[in-house]
Amino acid sequence: MSQPSTIDHRPLLLSGLEAVQITRSSNFVNIGERTNVTGSAKFLKLIKEDKFDEALEVALDQVRGGAQVIDVNMDEGMLDSKAAMVKYLNLMASEPEIAAIPVMVDSSKWEVIEAGLKCLQGKGIVNSISMKGGVEEFIRQAKLVKRYGAAAVVMAFDEVGQADTYQRRIDICKRAYDILVNEVKFPAEDIIFDPNIFPVATGIDEHRNYALDFFKATKWIRENLPGAHVSGGVSNVSFSFRGNQKVREAMHSAFLYHAIQHGMDMGIVNPTMLEVYDEIPKDLLERVEDVLLNRRDDATERLLEFAETVKGSAKKKEQDDEWRQGTIEERITHSLVKGIIDFIDADTEEARQKYGKPLHVIEGPLMRGMNVVGDLFGAGKMFLPQVVKSARVMKKSVAYLTPYLEEEKRLSGNAGQAAAKILLATVKGDVHDIGKNIVGVVLACNNYDVVDLGVMVPPEKIIEAAKREKVDVVGLSGLITPSLDEMVYVAKEMQREKMDLPLLIGGATTSRIHTAVKIDPVYDGPVVYVLDASRSVPVASELISKNTRKSFQDKMKAEYQALRVDHENRKQTKNYIPLVEARANETKIDWASTIFTKPQFIGRKEFVKYPLEEIRKYIDWTPFFQTWMLAGRFPVILKDEVVGAEATKLYNDANKMLDEIIKSRALQANGVVAFYPAKREGDDVNLYRKDQDESFATFHFLRQQNKKAQNLPNFCLADFIAPDKGKDYFGMFAVTAGIGLEKLVEKHKANQDDYSEIMAKALADRLAEAFAECLHKRVRKELWGYAKNETLTEEELIDEKYEGIRPAPGYPACPDHTEKKLLFELLEGNKVGITLTESYAMYPGAAVSGFYFSNPNSKYFGLGKIEKDQVVDYAKRKNMSVEEIEKWLAPNLSYV
Amino acid sequence: MKIEDILKERILILDGAMGTMIQRHKLEEADFRGEILKDHPHPLKGNNDLLSLTRPDIIKDIHRQYFEAGSDIIETNTFGSTSVAQADYHLEHLVYEINYQSAKIAKEVAAEFTAKEPNKPRFVAGSMGPTTKLASMSPDVNNPGYRAITFDQLVVAFKEQAKGLLDGGADLLLPETITDTLNVKAALFAIQELFEERGTSVPVMVSGTITDASGRILSGQTAEAFLISVSHVPLLSIGLNCAMGASALRPYLKVLSDKAPFFISAYPNAGLPNEFGQYDQTANEMAAEVEDYLKEGLINILGGCCGSTPDHIRRIAEIAKKYKPRVVNSLLVDSQ
Repeated sequence: MSQPSTIDHRPLLLSGLEAVQITRSSNFVNIGERTNVTGSAKFLKLIKEDKFDEALEVALDQVRGGAQVIDVNMDEGMLDSKAAMVKYLNLMASEPEIAAIPVMVDSSKWEVIEAGLKCLQGKGIVNSISMKGGVEEFIRQAKLVKRYGAAAVVMAFDEVGQADTYQRRIDICKRAYDILVNEVKFPAEDIIFDPNIFPVATGIDEHRNYALDFFKATKWIRENLPGAHVSGGVSNVSFSFRGNQKVREAMHSAFLYHAIQHGMDMGIVNPTMLEVYDEIPKDLLERVEDVLLNRRDDATERLLEFAETVKGSAKKKEQDDEWRQGTIEERITHSLVKGIIDFIDADTEEARQKYGKPLHVIEGPLMRGMNVVGDLFGAGKMFLPQVVKSARVMKKSVAYLTPYLEEEKRLSGNAGQAAAKILLATVKGDVHDIGKNIVGVVLACNNYDVVDLGVMVPPEKIIEAAKREKVDVVGLSGLITPSLDEMVYVAKEMQREKMDLPLLIGGATTSRIHTAVKIDPVYDGPVVYVLDASRSVPVASELISKNTRKSFQDKMKAEYQALRVDHENRKQTKNYIPLVEARANETKIDWASTIFTKPQFIGRKEFVKYPLEEIRKYIDWTPFFQTWMLAGRFPVILKDEVVGAEATKLYNDANKMLDEIIKSRALQANGVVAFYPAKREGDDVNLYRKDQDESFATFHFLRQQNKKAQNLPNFCLADFIAPDKGKDYFGMFAVTAGIGLEKLVEKHKANQDDYSEIMAKALADRLAEAFAECLHKRVRKELWGYAKNETLTEEELIDEKYEGIRPAPGYPACPDHTEKKLLFELLEGNKVGITLTESYAMYPGAAVSGFYFSNPNSKYFGLGKIEKDQVVDYAKRKNMSVEEIEKWLAPNLSYV
Repeated sequence: MKIEDILKERILILDGAMGTMIQRHKLEEADFRGEILKDHPHPLKGNNDLLSLTRPDIIKDIHRQYFEAGSDIIETNTFGSTSVAQADYHLEHLVYEINYQSAKIAKEVAAEFTAKEPNKPRFVAGSMGPTTKLASMSPDVNNPGYRAITFDQLVVAFKEQAKGLLDGGADLLLPETITDTLNVKAALFAIQELFEERGTSVPVMVSGTITDASGRILSGQTAEAFLISVSHVPLLSIGLNCAMGASALRPYLKVLSDKAPFFISAYPNAGLPNEFGQYDQTANEMAAEVEDYLKEGLINILGGCCGSTPDHIRRIAEIAKKYKPRVVNSLLVDSQ
């Protein structure tokens, strides 16, 4: 394809929290218009009455209705437009669903636009600048727009006035374009012309060509001003039909249809006020188009006439309210996860009635919902602003319950009792406070008086506030690692001040061991590490109660003391021993009394198109749920209070897909197994052909080198093979269930069905693992036959209760991936469709390979770190350079 | 030779962590105070940037160690040298001085090395941290519209810092560890204003921080949205640093490499911190992870952040020599 100029093809790039790219091939971009005080009486009323929360819902409504950019306008005489703009944009930034999309800052006052630009972290659009106030001011504003990093709507407006004919429109746009591109060096793709959409069917003759002129000017701009875009405020066109939604919606759709054909690629449109072009009744469409295209002299009259006959019945917006059908617990969780505030009061009331006591609502459905939020956050599926929103919903619910809590207290006679006070602070140098805020919410829910000092709080301020407020407990939080040292410092300072208040430690990088080793010893008062928000309540109550504080403190101090001793011991034993010593401490196996079993065959045997229905029985589902970030063991996870519903849904979908895969043979499972006579030679295993004395292949293994406690050997896989020739055997295998996966995935990809795509991949992985399990069982019972009488359930198999092992190269017992080279040569994996990449990864990816050891003493272990002496020895054995070995074993080196 | 031209020839190496190296000296309050601040009424321990004034010997030595390890570019010791961050120590009045001296001593060491090895010119990048306050997020969960700092306040603070850095001789400016894009937009605004006022400019590098597995910076933007939000400035490079280890950063560097019309930088942490906040990743381990970037041709500028030492940088520099730099696509055109 020929390219007239590169500039013509650069996309307009915008951003909110997400990136938006508008190219020649993009669909029309909807700009939401309801958050505009000049266009929406409802929005104006909300802003005037300072109901910003509700006003925010208007924006949300627009996003959910399909707006891709959101226009915000606060131009109203009675408003402090600048302040309203700043406040509203800041609030929008805190709603991730809204903040995801770019903002259009809309004002006729430059100072309002500038104030708005200072609130946008993303790249938004200015609406608008023009040459109305002269070229000099136009250039100044354009330069600033560029410096703030925004695109700009440029109105077809000059010193003389607004362009209202075809010629004036193109003249002004051409002039503005040349100034922007040549003088200001404004990126052409960031220019969006608004060639003025005016009302038609007004009864005034001069207005008859307004729509048609707009279409023609749009076409001219797109053909003659490379890179520039065209936008406009669509609802203007139907101004004459205010009150008649049916006609207005038809006019908007028809106007857009033609404007888009002429090259308009963005527009300020209320997406909930649009009829589908094809669904406009033919007679109405004909009359609308007569007006827009100025096709008949009596077009206006005919449309007015028709308008009389169609009243109201505008298109009802559809909202996804299906989740409202769920149980009360599910609904509360949904509201918390989505940060939806609308229903929480009603749902809280329903829960209160169901659970009887307000506190049970907090400890029950609300805490469970927040746990889901916590899990999603931890799994990277929600991000910070969303969690903050969830906390707000939580607070609202608690606020609803508070009067009931107080009433209950009054009745139980606890009224006058002052609540215990807890000070919370994120330590100096750290801005992370989501965890701390959640703890604050939870504590407040449980009737503690929380004094939150915020983030970046220096020690002297913590101590001063603790004294001034006479708090009962101090809680420190932090997420980044330097905060750990800062907490130690705060503890030291508190000690210096001779304080003995309980100190709670929490936050993502904190840990029980760090608290025990570093913080507890420097402070005589109680110090307690709190794992998560839910633990903060019992810990606080133990520490505050006069009855339990002493014993709890003693218990914690003793516990941490023990941890310190343990830690110190572990540190000392984390020594490495020379390879010679490690070898001397090999696994002791009594070979004299060992019974050796000869496999059914020597050499290799293929298993092609292995029945999937057989393999399926061996699937270990727990890792499958881990793939989907659902924590818990199968099958109890299906009944799990929190993720059970989601897990069950997933499990059903997975089995449905499995049924289909098996039925349609979409995946094929192939494998290969081989056995050879073997003899151990040091840390190597030599293999022999039936009738030859010379070994034809050698596998090399590595030995643990960390100092072991007494009676524990330094394991090496070679230990599990007999040292005398002609006795023992060594097995190996490779299996895949991924043949056909690419084709299967392609289909889902084409349907943009991410869920099915991930599902198919996850299932192929599971099937490959299951195949390995299934084949291993046959090896034990039949092919090698060393455990003919084994009777283990599937669960026992998963728990590795069988005799013998099947370690895989690249995994903890034998981390060297390069051993796969020989493995695959011997297995001839390519013959069953499994190959190795240059980095020794198996292809297809859904594959498993490994070695079989039959000795009952053989067991899985992790190699851990090894020393240079072994690396040098190993390199020599493998005939590779030390550097190369070091590269492959980098994670296992004890040295730098 | 201009850095833009060298970058087309080879991968340039940044330095590693400053904090980790300073910690080795086990400095006490008195070291931080020096003579000039011995009567300052507030504690100063931990204010590493201040050491440029009170213990320049230590800072210069660290710079020297990184140059010896193979760094082409070192960062000034000014990560927290804005009036916003220094307010914690009540040292707002010293901000210009800290930036000026930090750039000056870094430049002196750079000049030593350039003189020794003229075919490997050494550069000084003025480090500009994100400050301690976020411009697009509220620290108060009950008041989401609240902002602890405004764009205008940030512009003033960053401009003061940039002035000091440029006057002290910084060859480049590097707003880094960006947790909130609005903060860096303010920094870029300040820098552009300053360039215009002075009629001169230096190349600007920008480096953001992906906080966690969500793949977003703290203020919620994806890597691509972040790129778009700063692309109005003709940057020398864009990249990622800090948070998470090298491997975890790779997918997001890939996004930047695919989309950015600038050079790409990466200086990850030496793995993830252990439970004591220390970084255990060895030079070899880190270099192996970083090598994956190089194999994919994602990178032009490479270095280390938290936990990395001259040993790490030496190893990274050795490996980087084996690879060609990423080729910048200056005209990222729509495929249509």
